[in-house]
Amino acid sequence: MEFQYRIEEHPILHFKRRKKVRFTFDGKEFWGYEGEPIAAALHALGVRVLRRSVKLRRPRGFFCAVGKCSSCLVRVDGVPNVMACIKPLREGMIVETQ
Amino acid sequence: MSVRTEVAVIGGGPAGLSAAWVASSLGAKVLLIDENPSLGGQLIKQTHMFFGSKIHYCGVRGIDIARILEDLARDSGVQIIVDSTVIGLYDTMTLGVLKEEEFVEVEAKKVIVAAGATEKMLAFPNNDLPGVYGAGAVQTLMNVYGVRPGRRVLMVGSGNIGLIVSYQLLQAGVEVAAVLEAVPSIGGYWVHAAKIKRCGVEILVSHSIKEAIGEECVQGAVIVKLDENWTYIPGTERQIDCDTICIAVGLSPLSEVLHQSGCELTHLPELGGWVAVHDSNMETTREGIYVAGDASGIEEACTAMLEGRIAGSHAALSLHPSRKEKANRIAEEARLELAAFRAGPFGEMAITGKRKMSEYVQ
Repeated sequence: MEFQYRIEEHPILHFKRRKKVRFTFDGKEFWGYEGEPIAAALHALGVRVLRRSVKLRRPRGFFCAVGKCSSCLVRVDGVPNVMACIKPLREGMIVETQ
Repeated sequence: MSVRTEVAVIGGGPAGLSAAWVASSLGAKVLLIDENPSLGGQLIKQTHMFFGSKIHYCGVRGIDIARILEDLARDSGVQIIVDSTVIGLYDTMTLGVLKEEEFVEVEAKKVIVAAGATEKMLAFPNNDLPGVYGAGAVQTLMNVYGVRPGRRVLMVGSGNIGLIVSYQLLQAGVEVAAVLEAVPSIGGYWVHAAKIKRCGVEILVSHSIKEAIGEECVQGAVIVKLDENWTYIPGTERQIDCDTICIAVGLSPLSEVLHQSGCELTHLPELGGWVAVHDSNMETTREGIYVAGDASGIEEACTAMLEGRIAGSHAALSLHPSRKEKANRIAEEARLELAAFRAGPFGEMAITGKRKMSEYVQ
């Protein structure tokens, strides 16, 4: 069975999810819940690599997930250096590696 | 846009919310600024119940304490702006705030910095691979957004955060491969260690991570035993199957805005690194600028709330001297509770750090 990233049942927490929205990441179509961070939506579908390091082109994902470390910078609707770990997802967003 | 207030509080975690609530209840006009979409700071990720005494909200889960503190702050009249980042604190006690794309100036008479902390990193080969996540990141992903960080996690660090997050991972249906601890004994409270041990998770003391394995993402890790000098013992390497490595090796105070505004900082390892010099009222070397919570030295939510009360009461008192009696009572009670809390077996670091701080102030 494929691993499920989304938590549907939790002994303590209940996750209030908004409507499903669609967005693209490097041209490919993905979905997530409106308002959750872009990085969370991508991670939920198994996408961990969000960009490449400048010199060595090493893969980079998020590290802190609270908008502090800048490991997860992406381009959103043409705007560069957006922190994927805190930027809320909206319908039709165009997300690209930079 | 420009806003005026008496007390500006930076950060809406346990320290900031407590400071704002106390200052407001003492008659001060208070504005609280937080960069996150919701208030509570790290509390919104804490599914475990707190212990201690009633003032520490024992028996209440962190997520619920966040709501209690937010209600107290709102009901006492604190003005709150979220999704807003303080980017500077200038000589005239003016804060530069970025609210989404808009720049807002906040003029305050007193500023309380309760910005919290940032995670420490550990040096090992491939520590930059996606899948090496801070413990706070793992908590955020799974407890706020309901997304599992991976299938199987190697936890590095057995302080309270490492232990608690390991338990939270199990709650979320994620396997914990092992918990590593470099020193020969478990770092956090026994009650947290016992919970995960009962669930069958190994806590390997005198062990560290040697390297992460993987090309595009974490696909495993090599762990190794350490001798008493913290060096690798050759031949004790072991490969661990995991897709996530969670780093829980401590926190550093977020002191940037204090540093930028000209408050004196000092380096105290017991408090997590560079920290603003402050007196027993939590006031820094710049009059009217206060610090509270992890930003004033790494401890925990209970002490953050108490420090917040002290800072809030002193800031309000200096603006509204007529409230002296009530302000002093709040501060005195908080000081006693702080001393009682730190007198426990895990308060030693904080006591040493804060003692060095008071020596420094003198």
